[in-house]
Amino acid sequence: MNDTIAAISTALGVGAISIVRMSGKDSLEIVSKIFKGTNLKKVQSHTLHYGYIKDQEEIIDEVLISVMLAPKTYTTEDIVEINCHGGINTTNKILELLLLNGARLAEPGEFTKRAFLNGRIDLAQSEAVMDLIESKSNTERKLAIKNVEGRISKRIKEFRNSLKELISHIEVNIDYPEYYDIEIITINKIKDIVQKQIEELKSLIKESNEQEIVKAGIKTIIVGRPNVGKSSILNSLLEFDKAIVTDVAGTTRDIVEGNIYLEGIPLNIIDTAGIHQTNDIVEKLGVEKSLSLIKEADLVLVVLNSSEKLTKEDLEILEKTKDKTSIVILNKNDLQEEIEKEQLTARNIISTNTTSSKGTIALKEKIKEMFNLDKITTKDYTYLTNTRQLSLAKKALYSLEQALKATKEEAPIDLVEIDIKNAFDYLGEIIGIDYRDEVIDNLFKNFCVGK
Amino acid sequence: MNYEIIVVGGGHAGCEAALAAARKNHKTLLVTGNIQNIADMPCNPSIGGPAKGIIVREIDALGGEMGKNADKATLQIKLLNTKKGPAVQALRAQADKVIYPQEMLKTLQNTKNLTILESMVEHLIVEDEKVKGVILEDETKITSQAVILTTGTYLKGMILVGDQKKSGGPHGEKPSKYLSEDLEKLGFHLLRLKTGTPQRIDKNTIDYSKTTIEQGDKEPHTFSFERIKYYDVNNQIDCHLIYTTEETHRIIKENLEKSSMYGGHVEGVGPRYCPSIEDKVVRFADKERHQLFLEPESKEESGEYSNTIYLQGFSTSMPYDIQEKMVHSLPGLEKAKILKYAYAIEYDAIDAKDLKQSLETKIIENLYTAGQINGTSGYEEAAGQGLIAGINASLKLENKDPLILKRNEAYIGVLIDDLITKGIKDPYRMLTSRAEYRLLLRNDNADIRLRKYGHQVGLVSEEDYQKYTKKLENIESLYKLLQKNKITPTKEVNDYLEIIPTAQLKDGITLYDLLKRPEINMHIIEHFIEIPYDYEVKEQVEINIRYEGYIKKALHEAEKMLALENKKIPKDIDYDKIPNLASEAREKLNNIKPTSLGQASRISGVNPADISILIVYLRKWENNV
Repeated sequence: MNDTIAAISTALGVGAISIVRMSGKDSLEIVSKIFKGTNLKKVQSHTLHYGYIKDQEEIIDEVLISVMLAPKTYTTEDIVEINCHGGINTTNKILELLLLNGARLAEPGEFTKRAFLNGRIDLAQSEAVMDLIESKSNTERKLAIKNVEGRISKRIKEFRNSLKELISHIEVNIDYPEYYDIEIITINKIKDIVQKQIEELKSLIKESNEQEIVKAGIKTIIVGRPNVGKSSILNSLLEFDKAIVTDVAGTTRDIVEGNIYLEGIPLNIIDTAGIHQTNDIVEKLGVEKSLSLIKEADLVLVVLNSSEKLTKEDLEILEKTKDKTSIVILNKNDLQEEIEKEQLTARNIISTNTTSSKGTIALKEKIKEMFNLDKITTKDYTYLTNTRQLSLAKKALYSLEQALKATKEEAPIDLVEIDIKNAFDYLGEIIGIDYRDEVIDNLFKNFCVGK
Repeated sequence: MNYEIIVVGGGHAGCEAALAAARKNHKTLLVTGNIQNIADMPCNPSIGGPAKGIIVREIDALGGEMGKNADKATLQIKLLNTKKGPAVQALRAQADKVIYPQEMLKTLQNTKNLTILESMVEHLIVEDEKVKGVILEDETKITSQAVILTTGTYLKGMILVGDQKKSGGPHGEKPSKYLSEDLEKLGFHLLRLKTGTPQRIDKNTIDYSKTTIEQGDKEPHTFSFERIKYYDVNNQIDCHLIYTTEETHRIIKENLEKSSMYGGHVEGVGPRYCPSIEDKVVRFADKERHQLFLEPESKEESGEYSNTIYLQGFSTSMPYDIQEKMVHSLPGLEKAKILKYAYAIEYDAIDAKDLKQSLETKIIENLYTAGQINGTSGYEEAAGQGLIAGINASLKLENKDPLILKRNEAYIGVLIDDLITKGIKDPYRMLTSRAEYRLLLRNDNADIRLRKYGHQVGLVSEEDYQKYTKKLENIESLYKLLQKNKITPTKEVNDYLEIIPTAQLKDGITLYDLLKRPEINMHIIEHFIEIPYDYEVKEQVEINIRYEGYIKKALHEAEKMLALENKKIPKDIDYDKIPNLASEAREKLNNIKPTSLGQASRISGVNPADISILIVYLRKWENNV
């Protein structure tokens, strides 16, 4: 960890200004070799300097350089940031010059890793920073930034504090059984507190799952028999937001045709076009494949042709999707309606056609409504932001549920406490706290015991 | 003069250490300042309590003396926490302060290989970082192969009352002045600690009509697995309960600056769990009253303790005149005569991080320390360490591996591991919450856990060991009996189950599974089948079946811990050479030098990330060796 690392810290080619960041004890030495301007080795910490980056005698870019000296920096090491004029080629060239002069290319997240290893940030914060680095849309970035400020740490700490009070109270009853002035905590009281914590933890997990949508997007599949207009629905959705359509390869099994953003939430649309081929064997495989895709999807768009009666195949698709979050799209509503609408009463229905954008707008509104997107995007963010945190929270919840079960069976309080303590430990793990004497400290702080 | 092992100090740690060494056939010398004060109980007249009572059982299971001796001195005994789970139940006895030391002295005097010498040790003989004996106050040299220091509060001991400070021990004995200087010169890190004790009151001057009576259990109990009952269950000595008054609190608040603590005369750090009454009144200002127990110290007719009542909860460092006023403000004590005033005592202790898990010091070979000198408080904590130090000094002379009890095996293991891994800031008292596997460390199963070790090191007799193996066999047979025998949903069975009440049967069920139901106990099982085993066997099986789910979880957790515990860290590891360790972790690891990854993971400031880095490094390191 003694070497000096460098990397481009802004998204390439996106902003007007790009930043190349360097951290390590040789940062100033290295940047001085390629900078024309003030002698950076003599400047004060946390100052900004104007000048040029040069390669031999050739001027590469006009830049502002910020110099931040150890230890009050993000990594606690010397940090130099070069603010240059964007452009992929210029930015890459500057990074290359730093590497040529002795810096090493940073691994993904290495700045954060250093910050964490040097004790600058805690585990939850470092994970939030990692999420920030990976965040793709604005909403997601907002979520990550709030988290950096420790909001999740704060919320988890509040949870832990209530459990800590409860555990200390149980402990003082155990270790000081003859202190008649100290309230004896009853199994019913424990039950009430645990019940309340379960409700709150559940809601945190539920909200966090909603946030998974913010991060991972809504996996959407469009199904329908051939020639009902699946492709035209897909195209009209994409058309609408063409500026940010990208072609991204998804998992090995799915090909994401494209994603559009609704209120900043990615809608990952998975293509099933071409499933129905003439060859029977291929068709069978295609049906199986589309069935498994339906199972995995967060949202299924079922496309039907409203100008025709429901076919056997339509009915089969409707049957397979009846328990999923789904929208039935009645396409071609500009033609004479033949479809038996009365068979679709239990479903969300949107009517549309390719000649007008009205149906597409209605479809988007419907999706927003179904996934609470307006609410998600305007709320204050305090959510568990990665799978590690979420799985620990779920373990904590499970432990609390076990404790609740034990209270109902009227198990002795010290046994009920085992699961409460486990929950307390899991919550501590989320924010990287592992201090075993916390409960004992709290016990002596809050209870007057002793000979 | 020459001995194999010298024990310095005759308190609870010293007695256990000397007995263990002598019983293991090593020529042992116990040096004490005053033979009359051997195994003295200078503070409360009781033994045991939550967690502490379990330590006494562990000492007994390992072949130590405290349990047997406490049984001989029992005035009153209770099983605490009976309304809670089996893991936190523990015995606490009021012990006779005359009988206890008398009986212990008798045992010491009747032990082969053990000599008792009345003198003060002032220096250690150390050559090449190895201890070779001690020098007494009169400059007599006594050589030995090992030395165990169990000096209690005698290292630079200082008694404090109000603004008065005088050096000495609880009975006005001389303190050891030079020993702690010697230790510091040798490189030990010393701490200054403080503790205190309340007034002793003349029992004939108390008006008991204003107190509430506190009695012992109607069921007989003993600490020792020997189960010899020396006391009369129906004739136990009572304790009494009273509360402080508004007047008491007013006197304390008005005179606060006269106390040693608040007057700034104390440098030592006092125990959090043992606050003085002025501390309680200041820190918990909203509490209207604090409870106090009146505990008789002896039932003997004559002697220092014959008439004395220990005023539990009223420890203070106020001057005598204020103490008079305070005591007389208590209900029933308006006319009480104080026989001995409360005082605080300050003393030197060594930082237990200078010790190995065997209680041998890291700095001087063959030198062991145990008890208050290691920063603990409490008779039981001291005795537990004394026993381990005595065993391990002996094993060292026998060229054998030390006995190290793990955290999932004994409170004594938790105690020693905590001391040497975490260090202490205030005197350490055992609490059940310090044990993460407390469901495994129960009062009822101390013998199951530890008898084998006691036998292995030679402190448990062949006869007792046979009794123990027989008990294990019987437990196994009873499991099998319950697993083999089924009951079926006959009308008779279901009618009986309905009365209990518990769910009636639809299918047949083994008695083992029936016992898992929360509302079923062994007594009910005996309705269906005759169980030809004694109470202790039934108790083990009942607890293990009824709490099977929780016990399995604890065992699973313990296994995870043991996996880390078994990954040893080589002695010559250089933490400065490990890249990426956080600097705090690096410093702590260098300081404590843990012997296993398990111990490393318990050091505060060493995070899971550091442990991962350490694991990776150790793997590389092993490959290179």
